[in-house]
Amino acid sequence: MHVFADPTNFDAYLSSFFWILKLTGASAVLALVLGVLLAAMRVSPVPVLRGFGAAWVNTFRNTPLTLVIFFCFFGLYSTLGLSLADDLDLNNFWLGVIGLSAYTAAFVCEALRSGVNTVPAGQAEAARAIGLTFAQTLRIVVLPQATRSVVAPLGSILIALCKNATIVGTIGLMESSNVMKDLINSNGDAVIPIFLVFAGTFAAFLIPTGYFFGWLANRLAVKR
Amino acid sequence: MSANTVLYDHPGPRARVRNAVLTVIFGVALAGLLWWVYAKFDQAGQWEGALWQPFTEGATWTQFILPGLRQTLFAALTGMVLSLAFGIIFAVGRLSERRWISIPAGAVVEFFRAVPLLLMIFFIFYGVPFLIQAPVPAFWAVVAGLTLYNGSVLAEAFRAGIRSVPGGQAEAAYAVGLRKSQVMRLILIPQAARAMLPVIVSQLVVLLKDTALGYIVAFPELMQRGVNDLAANRGNIVAAAIVAAAIYIVINSLLSALASWLDQRSQRRGFRAQRRIATGANPAGGIAVVEPQG
Amino acid sequence: MRIKRVAAVAAVAALAITMTACGGDEGSGTSSSGAKGIVGKAESQKKLVIGVKADQPGLGLQTGSQYEGFDIEIGKIIAKGLGVDANNIEWKTTVSNNREPFIQQGTVDLVVATYTINDERKQKVNFAGPYFIAGQDLLVKSDSTIAGPEGLDGKTVCSASGSTPAKRIQTDYPKARLQQFDSYSKCLPLLENGQVDAVTTDDIILAGYAAQSQFAGKFKVVGKTFSTEPYGIGLKKDDKDGCEKVNEILKAAAADGTYKAAWDTSLGKSGKAAPELDTTKLTNCGSV
Repeated sequence: MHVFADPTNFDAYLSSFFWILKLTGASAVLALVLGVLLAAMRVSPVPVLRGFGAAWVNTFRNTPLTLVIFFCFFGLYSTLGLSLADDLDLNNFWLGVIGLSAYTAAFVCEALRSGVNTVPAGQAEAARAIGLTFAQTLRIVVLPQATRSVVAPLGSILIALCKNATIVGTIGLMESSNVMKDLINSNGDAVIPIFLVFAGTFAAFLIPTGYFFGWLANRLAVKR
Repeated sequence: MSANTVLYDHPGPRARVRNAVLTVIFGVALAGLLWWVYAKFDQAGQWEGALWQPFTEGATWTQFILPGLRQTLFAALTGMVLSLAFGIIFAVGRLSERRWISIPAGAVVEFFRAVPLLLMIFFIFYGVPFLIQAPVPAFWAVVAGLTLYNGSVLAEAFRAGIRSVPGGQAEAAYAVGLRKSQVMRLILIPQAARAMLPVIVSQLVVLLKDTALGYIVAFPELMQRGVNDLAANRGNIVAAAIVAAAIYIVINSLLSALASWLDQRSQRRGFRAQRRIATGANPAGGIAVVEPQG
Repeated sequence: MRIKRVAAVAAVAALAITMTACGGDEGSGTSSSGAKGIVGKAESQKKLVIGVKADQPGLGLQTGSQYEGFDIEIGKIIAKGLGVDANNIEWKTTVSNNREPFIQQGTVDLVVATYTINDERKQKVNFAGPYFIAGQDLLVKSDSTIAGPEGLDGKTVCSASGSTPAKRIQTDYPKARLQQFDSYSKCLPLLENGQVDAVTTDDIILAGYAAQSQFAGKFKVVGKTFSTEPYGIGLKKDDKDGCEKVNEILKAAAADGTYKAAWDTSLGKSGKAAPELDTTKLTNCGSV
């Protein structure tokens, strides 16, 4: 434990997880919004919207996140000139958020679409029969019921997102995987305790989160 | 437009006009965006022949991309087999009535689901050699990391699947005199595996993508050979990454297509016959567990 | 019963892992003459495993199935001196982080991979050499006005994450903005389009990148080093005999011109004249 007794190392450890938390938080919000939009597109009556949603999902779901993040840096920032902050770290952070959100939104969209399927078809038919439009059917009848059944999968996606935040390290953000690598490089004799501290921190956050979503899903489940 | 959707009526004249307007607006905006991206890449010289010329040479493929792809597929296949085995063993372990089995099995699954794969692979490569006093080849570091993580996710999938088999099945099996292990092996696991097939295949797609994290231990897979090493030789990293992404997308789309084909086939056999609101989405059982790591 | 067969295959594969994990001891043999370490292995098995970099043009670059560069040439000289044919060398890709473990665990016999000799590393491994003295430097665009690390205030510098050069920039030149990547090859397109102002690592590595054909004429190495990086050849800590033998081979190579020839076929292609190998500076191989 002498490694973490050094205040510089301890600060690096703390700030690395602070980055992970911020990445997770910002991307979770953005991915949820984007995912709902994509899901609506994929079930909409307009073919070009459906096609766009499907293309988005198939592209991002099938590309390694490492490459997605890479393209955010070299495509969005370096080539398209999208600069999001003057500070280098902050700019990389937002590029990471964009990559994580775009990637995670594809999974959110698919989870929502599957959730829509748990709603019996009769519900949508009844909604149409009383004259609701597509948007109303979705917003008032289908999505509220679908949301309850996607709590568990969305929980899994959130947990995966938090772990995926480590991949933003490839564009130089000093998040936990980079800091762990650094600490291991300079403290070769303490590899195992260093790993246990980093892995343990993730576990301490994520295992309760998993149980929380399990509990919530049970509570909200639509009894049929 | 699919005729059997239940979310909206068959469009009348006004709806058709509205849809056409939306199509045009969105289509033009999208085309404009794509053109802008193309123009910007052009301006930055990313379409220059010199950057793409390596991909017309045989050596680029035979020396970099294909060997990398071979390692990616080999690691993914090994990882798939091992994580399926890991998943079944730990799912059964977690469902055991003996607490000295179920609690440790549960703890293992929960732990490995919570640790980022990047940290795991890095630790297996640099840390485990201190424990076993022998080097861990990069290949096995990647495969072991993939197995522990995806195996744990699959264990949860199997567990959910086993629990979704109607209780009467197990009761009937006990009634005809099968032992507990036989009930699990002959009755529950086959049905669970079938019900969870789409989830399992989706998770295997995730596993294949995750091999890309092997770059952290210099495992010579597609990312390492086809992007990093190729760019070190030819200085065309953006072009190389575009080609690598295309290869990943093609392979994973094939796997996903396999998943939906399997799903449709099992539906034809009368499994989960249920009307869907959104056509072609994963079945409800399929959404509970896929974790889109890396 | 497809599942059952899958499980059986998995069990066999698991067994295979255990066996590979235990079979990692192909290292130092003892020869008939009783020599141990790499000298013994070279004598008895007539082969060597050498760890090199795979992504550094001019030094250690994997071009398909082959490796090329100055480090590779040095490796060949040493193998020849130990009586091992160049065809019997197995090159193994190492990255900065795994050089010590690879030596300690016997994955490789020697490491020739831009491996700076320093006290921390000396506690784990033995060093022969140095065969080259490098120093941290900056790679900039040909028309850049940056003349040294002092000119970096407010400028963006690119380097490999967690590397010593990156750390030196952070501690000694905190006003520079540091962009880190997992490989240097990602820095170069950014330097080319002006998003970073400089790339920093050892001068000889930078020279290798600058000499690549697709960057020809676009970049220059500033030429004002601000650290000293003596490149050594790493071997097992207790292999003092091997280390002394490697130093003898280096001395001979400096004297008979093979050292210069090694330079000329690799980094020398960039037009830089071969350095003088100062054989008085060779390590004492850990003797007190």
